[in-house]
Amino acid sequence: MHLPITPFRTKKTTNKHQPRSNKYISSPFFTPALSLSLNSHSHSRSPHSHTQTMRGGGLLLSVTRRLSRHFATDSAPLKKTPLYDFHVANGGKMVPFAGWSMPIQYADSIMDSTVNCRANGGLFDVAHMCGLSLYGRDSVPFLETLVIADLAGLKPGTGSLTVFTNENGGAIDDSVVTKVKDDHIYLVVNAGCRDKDLAHIGAHLESFKKKGGDVSWHIHDERALLALQGPLAAPTLQFLTKDDLSTMYFGEFKMLDINGFACYLTRTGYTGEDGFEISVPAENAVDLAKAILEKSEGKVRLTGLGARDSLRLEAGLCLYGNDMEQHITPVEAGLSWAIGKRRKAEGGFLGAQVILKQLEEGPKIRRVGFFSQGPPARSHSEIADASGEKIGEVTSGGFSPCLKKNIAMGYVKSGLHKPGTEAKILVRGKPYDAVVTKMPFVPTKYYKPPK
Amino acid sequence: MASRVLWASRAASYLRISTFNRAFSTVLKDLKYNDTHEWVKVDGDSATVGITDHAQDHLGDVVYVELPEVGSTVAQGANFGAVESVKATSDIISPVSGEIVEVNDELSNSPGLVNASPYENGWIIKVKLNDAAELDSLMDFEKYTKFCEEEDAKH
Repeated sequence: MHLPITPFRTKKTTNKHQPRSNKYISSPFFTPALSLSLNSHSHSRSPHSHTQTMRGGGLLLSVTRRLSRHFATDSAPLKKTPLYDFHVANGGKMVPFAGWSMPIQYADSIMDSTVNCRANGGLFDVAHMCGLSLYGRDSVPFLETLVIADLAGLKPGTGSLTVFTNENGGAIDDSVVTKVKDDHIYLVVNAGCRDKDLAHIGAHLESFKKKGGDVSWHIHDERALLALQGPLAAPTLQFLTKDDLSTMYFGEFKMLDINGFACYLTRTGYTGEDGFEISVPAENAVDLAKAILEKSEGKVRLTGLGARDSLRLEAGLCLYGNDMEQHITPVEAGLSWAIGKRRKAEGGFLGAQVILKQLEEGPKIRRVGFFSQGPPARSHSEIADASGEKIGEVTSGGFSPCLKKNIAMGYVKSGLHKPGTEAKILVRGKPYDAVVTKMPFVPTKYYKPPK
Repeated sequence: MASRVLWASRAASYLRISTFNRAFSTVLKDLKYNDTHEWVKVDGDSATVGITDHAQDHLGDVVYVELPEVGSTVAQGANFGAVESVKATSDIISPVSGEIVEVNDELSNSPGLVNASPYENGWIIKVKLNDAAELDSLMDFEKYTKFCEEEDAKH
């Protein structure tokens, strides 16, 4: 067998790694299978390289088929977050991701790490993601031309998941957007979409300003983002701040001192657990990470991108680049709830005509969850009905560490999307039983106000 | 644990000594190995095949093993099944040629046996050998240990 990258060695020097060339980087996280194998093969370890080309099979081939959309084209050295050395010192196994060198896991296995996040807590370095602010009187009307959210209707200090759409109603990226105040919006976009998103927002900003709009932007490259998730997230963080976190609910935002550092705090995450995303000045990121880990007495562990992908899949959350792409609308992706009511009536965002039509008539395809037998279904596996006719495609899949069964997400023809619908998923040419199921696969624990 | 291995492997590579029976990876003496991390245990004209400790360690938790059919044939160097972990899917490459006389059905219920006991309970197939001479092209435990170290050192 061709081994995935050795997890034990961490590279201290910027490597000559050449990520596989590709159209665009679109995923904030990868399916673990892809990234690891890519890395191992691009290093062309000589004992294997001849066998790879000879057989053209094994890991390289199975992974190559899935690689095409997921990696960066550039040959520039990988970027490092402020926590890079900290990861290495803590046993982080670094892999390239969206142009950054990120920890896929630490000493514990991806399974253990995933389970620990839900039982205790996980601390994630997500500084590769891009945070930005919009300032000015017209921030809200400006951004509303680009996203589906009802920003005007948001209470200051609250935010939501939203989608940046293109002229065809397809998704450019998903993002958590927060209205800090009427003249300040804070948003975080995916690392893999950074260049694309900033070009898109920047171009529209320019034309908006030319028409006299009062809006400007600032990219928060001076800050680093950490995610703290799990049942111990709030208790641990409470040790480090005077603000009462018990009255800060899911989706809410605060600017406050954490461990003496001026942070932006959002009660949100990508795991389905209660937790926070903390934007801290880059020079304080390591100290904050250390403080969090210390206060939790080791129960909150540094958690890597491998576990992060398992967690978000269990929570039924989309991964841009897999479950959402330029040609998929928020309606098809099951995110109609994120389209503000007023926006459904008024439109006013790119692609509104397409989306409003889909809301009226129903979309032709829908994102659903599956449980399946046999080997875990992976991205691009075909979904067929009982008679073998193709009805859809898997966009994300894997083995759930918490449920101990295969879970997958994919798109099927409308009509075949109801939970309980039986289907077949083809893995390596063989069909395996699957059944449509509701998501999230693992119940979510968002911290919501009492009813 | 991992940091101890890191130290040990680095020390070994630096000193260029062969340290088999490292903290994580064991290599058994009476088996033969190929360069894609499968082992074979020969008993007359019958052989048992599995993946090595080094392989299962790198793969992570095995969640599924795709087994071939009893009665089908395998060829040395060709793949005959797959091992899935949370991280990756890997083909299993046969170190020998012959007819598959038995597959380890236990792996359908307990794929983790590959991690827990790669040389014993985690065996994958049993083969009736075609050509015992093929074994000569495989590595013995010393060569395989060195091979693994060289591979790890490249990272």
